[in-house]
Amino acid sequence: MNSSSRTLTIRSIFFLLPSWFLLLIFFIGPILLTFYFSFTNLALTGAQAQQMQFVGFDNFVTMFQDANFRISVVKTILFLLLSAIIGQQLLGFLLAFLMKEKNTTFRRIIGIIVIAGWVTPEIVVAFCWVAFLNDNGTLNAIIHALGMDGVTWLYTFPLISVCIANIWHGTAFSMLVFQASLDDVPKSIEEAAKMDGASKLQILFRLIVPIVKGSIVTNMILVTLQTLGVFTLIYAMTGGGPGTATQTLPIFMYNQAFVNYQLGYGTAISLVLLLIGVVASLFYIRSMKVQV
Amino acid sequence: MNRYTLEKTVPYIVLSMIGALFLLPLLWVIFASFDANAKQALSMPSLFTLRNFSAILSDPTNIRAFIIGLFLSLGQATLVVIVGVLAAYPLSRYALKYKKPFMFTILFMTSLPITAVMVPVYQLFMFLNLQDSLVATMLFLTASGLPYGIWMLKNFMDAVPLELEESAWVDGASIWTCLRKVVAPLMIPGICTVAIFTFSMSWGNFFVPYILIQSPDKFPASVTIYQFFGTYGMVEYGKLAAFSVIYTMPAVILYLFSQKFMSKGFSFGGATKG
Repeated sequence: MNSSSRTLTIRSIFFLLPSWFLLLIFFIGPILLTFYFSFTNLALTGAQAQQMQFVGFDNFVTMFQDANFRISVVKTILFLLLSAIIGQQLLGFLLAFLMKEKNTTFRRIIGIIVIAGWVTPEIVVAFCWVAFLNDNGTLNAIIHALGMDGVTWLYTFPLISVCIANIWHGTAFSMLVFQASLDDVPKSIEEAAKMDGASKLQILFRLIVPIVKGSIVTNMILVTLQTLGVFTLIYAMTGGGPGTATQTLPIFMYNQAFVNYQLGYGTAISLVLLLIGVVASLFYIRSMKVQV
Repeated sequence: MNRYTLEKTVPYIVLSMIGALFLLPLLWVIFASFDANAKQALSMPSLFTLRNFSAILSDPTNIRAFIIGLFLSLGQATLVVIVGVLAAYPLSRYALKYKKPFMFTILFMTSLPITAVMVPVYQLFMFLNLQDSLVATMLFLTASGLPYGIWMLKNFMDAVPLELEESAWVDGASIWTCLRKVVAPLMIPGICTVAIFTFSMSWGNFFVPYILIQSPDKFPASVTIYQFFGTYGMVEYGKLAAFSVIYTMPAVILYLFSQKFMSKGFSFGGATKG
C-alpha cells in the first residue's frame, strides 16, 4: 500500500467513524442483543431482572404454544392485507389513476386532502379517528341523520376501524409513488392503443399495469414494512383490544415485554418481527435494482 | 347522459367522494379546536374562539413538552446531517473496498421496522443506565435516522462535480475546507430534504420516547398528547383538538417547505420509518 492510499484509508475511517459509532451502539447492537436476549428469561422486575439465565429455545417453545401469539400473527396478516395491500396500495393506485389528466385545480385539492392525512402525526391520526368513530362521533351522527341506528365502531369492528385509520394515514405515500410512475407511461402508446380500439380497462390492465409493475412491487414491499411496524395508531386507538381483536405483533410484543414484564419473551417476539422485516427488506433491495 | 360524458364525470364523482371521506376526520379536529363547546361529532362552532389555543399555550407543561420535542427532533436532524455528510464524503469520493457492502447494509437498515428493535433498545438503555435520558434518546433517534440520511446525502453528493473541488485544492484548500465551503453549500437542497424528513419523522414519533423516557416532566409533545386523551377520556375535546392542531403545524409547514426541494422527483430511498 503506498502512502497516498494509506492517507485516503485513514481519512475515510475518520470521516466514517461517527456514523459507525452511532450505528453500532444504537442500531446493530440492539439487533444483536435481540438474538441474545430472546434466549434468556430476562424480566423487568423480580429476581430474573437481576440474574437472567440462558434458557435456550424456551421462549420460542412458549411462543409457538401461546394461543395469543397465533392470534397476533393472524391479526398482523389481516392488518397487512386489509390496510396495506388492499387499502393503501389499491386506493393509492386508484387515486393516482383517476387523477391522471384531470383538471389541475381539482387534482390539487384532492391531493392536498389526501396528503394532509399523511402529514398528520400518527398519534393525532389516532385521536381524530377515535373521535370520528366514537359512539357520539361524526360517523354515527351522519348515520343518525340518515335515520339509522348508530354502531359502536371501535367495539364492534375494531380491526376494520384501525385498518381504515391506517389507510387514511398511509394512502398518500402510495398515491405519490404511483402518480410519479404513471407520469412515466408514454402518452403516445396509450393513444395508439386507443386508436386500435382498446377499452379503458384493456389499456389499464394490458398496458399501464405492466409498465408500472416495478413500482407496484417496490411500493407493496415498502408499505408492508411500514404497516408491519405500526404500533402507535393501534395502541392509541384500541390498545390492542377489545380482548385480542387488534393485537398485532408489535402490540403483543409490547404487552409481553412492558405490561407482563417478560422482557426475554418480548424480545423473542421482536425477533420474529425483525426476521419478517429482514426478509421483506431483502426483497425490497432486490426489487430496487440499485447501483452503488 | 351519453357514454362519453359518463366516462368523463364518473372519475370526478368518485374522487370527490373519496376526498370527502378523507376530509371529514380532519375537519372535526380543526372545527373543534376553535369551538368553545366542542363535542365528539363534527359541528360548525356556534362561536369561534381562540380560547382553546390560549389555554394550551399558556400551560407551562405543554410549552415544556413542545420544547423537549424540538430538542429531540432538531438535535436528531442536525446530527443526522452532520454525521451523514461526513460519512457521505468518502463514500462518494473514494474508491473504497467496503463501499458496496456498506451501502447495501445502509439501504437494508433504512427499511427495517424500528418497532422491532424497541425492546432490546430498552434493555440496552437499562444496561447502560441511560433510561430517562433525553440526550441518549436523541442519539438513538439519530442512529435510526442515519441509514436514510447517509443514503440520500451520498446520492446528493454524487451530483456535486468533482472538478469544483479539484480547483479548490489547487488554490490550496484542505479537504475539510473543501467539504465545508464547496461541497456542502452545493448540497443545500439535499441537506434540507434530509433534515426536514428526519425532523418530521421524529416530531411525530410517539413510540420511542414513550419507551425510553419515564419521567412525565421529560415527555415530548407526542407523549403528552397521548396522556391527555388517554387519561382524561376525551372530556375537553376543544383543548385536545387545539393541542393536536398546534402539534401538527410544524409537520405541515415543513412539508410545504420541503416541496420546494423535493420537486425534483419523488424518491423511493427508504422513506419508511414511522
